Amino acid sequence: MLHLTAGRVGGLLSRRGVAAFSSSSVKMASHGHGEVTEQADMSVPMYWDRLDTPLPDRPYKDTLSSTDKSLKQKEKGPWNNLSKEEKLALYRMTFKESFAEMKKPTGEWKTVVGGIFFFIGFTGLVVLWQRYYVYPPHPRTLDEEWQAMQVKRMLDMRVNPVEGFSAKWDYEKGQWK
Amino acid sequence: MSLPKPAMRGLLAKRLRFHLPIAFALSLVAAAAFKFAVTEPRKQAYADFYKQYDAMKEFNAMKEAGVFQSVRPSGE
Repeated sequence: MLHLTAGRVGGLLSRRGVAAFSSSSVKMASHGHGEVTEQADMSVPMYWDRLDTPLPDRPYKDTLSSTDKSLKQKEKGPWNNLSKEEKLALYRMTFKESFAEMKKPTGEWKTVVGGIFFFIGFTGLVVLWQRYYVYPPHPRTLDEEWQAMQVKRMLDMRVNPVEGFSAKWDYEKGQWK
Repeated sequence: MSLPKPAMRGLLAKRLRFHLPIAFALSLVAAAAFKFAVTEPRKQAYADFYKQYDAMKEFNAMKEAGVFQSVRPSGE
């Protein structure tokens, strides 16, 4: 979430079709008074940097200086006449971030993994406290002697004598095979 | 810049023609493997068990162990 710019949040909100949000209501809903939050005007075409929608509704720079305008005129001619710097300048006029810049790793995963481990550890402490303060005493059927008597009774009853439990007991010698 | 026109139709049919025989063969192999690794040994195990099975002997052993309610061990 740290790398989301305001423009991208605006793109996401418009994608969800939240037409009810006008700029004035957001200003009233924001905390504090005196600082004016910059809310993008969503009634005109917007710019965004998105991997899945690569061509935004408008170019990045829509107010061009006179040098930019002359470059745009030169762009209408054959592109072999443009120098490398001019081509780059034209690109940066239309787009804010290149795909490589958009895909730049953020390191957010470290926060996520760290948070996961932290909360798993905290849950471990909660479970430990539960073990000592919440759980009732063990039922007697889990005692060692009771379990031994249970195994003996299962063998006496010949539970699964063909391939399963009693098949593994040697009845002549009185021991496990 | 004249690339060949890509295939526009029959893409699913092409995929199925390749994958369906493989899927069929693998299913047969899986069924055969299960038959010979699980069902045949199990049938043999049951056959061997009952070849030497003496029902009365087993019944008396169980009776003496005291697991029945209708017939108690000979001592009681």
